[in-house]
Amino acid sequence: MSPRAACRLETLHFEHVYEYVSGKADWMASGLAVEGDAVDEPHAIDLARHDVTTCGLDETIADVRRRVDASPYGFAFVTSADGVLLGRLRKASLEGDQTLTAAAAMEPGPSTTRPDIPPAELLGKLHKADLTTAVLTNPEGKLLGLVRRSDLEDS
Amino acid sequence: MPTPIGLAHLQRMRAAGAQVVEVLPAAEYRWAHIPGALNIPLKQLDGASTAQLDRTRDVVVYCHDAL
Repeated sequence: MSPRAACRLETLHFEHVYEYVSGKADWMASGLAVEGDAVDEPHAIDLARHDVTTCGLDETIADVRRRVDASPYGFAFVTSADGVLLGRLRKASLEGDQTLTAAAAMEPGPSTTRPDIPPAELLGKLHKADLTTAVLTNPEGKLLGLVRRSDLEDS
Repeated sequence: MPTPIGLAHLQRMRAAGAQVVEVLPAAEYRWAHIPGALNIPLKQLDGASTAQLDRTRDVVVYCHDAL
């Protein structure tokens, strides 16, 4: 629809016309605010925790573990310099060879969820998969936060 | 030809004062729209409905998704 609208504007002599190709779905899936009736609808991002430990590919497990030990979680996420989620360091990896880099020890490509999913739907998915946490990323793969099943159950 | 842009580009353009227009029907706009966006549904896109826009400034249009 928007390609036709953009072309139509040009026929109406608009000089600088752009098309946001991915549209409203992309905007909302990025966890960005909207205006309208949907403001009152809860989303998973509303329950997201942002205090999980993150690290870069080249950091050693010893360094990451120190930060994880001081956090409420037993794991860490490995991200690129611009925040794209690359992998997860589970507790077993953090307790293993302390000289390894995060790149060598991480479990690549953890499953993720979009931030605009309704909490009830996310809770159902976690129950079905027998998981206790969900990882939220935007459409570009950037880590947005973590949602605990217990937080969903309490909401 | 209109220029396709992504989210990061859109955010820069919004910050610079671009005009953002949702071209979906009014009911979908009422449900949710990008903050500050105007609504001119595709079927109503003509000289009269676009008179509220500045033809010399950047205009970004969007719908629901790429499909």
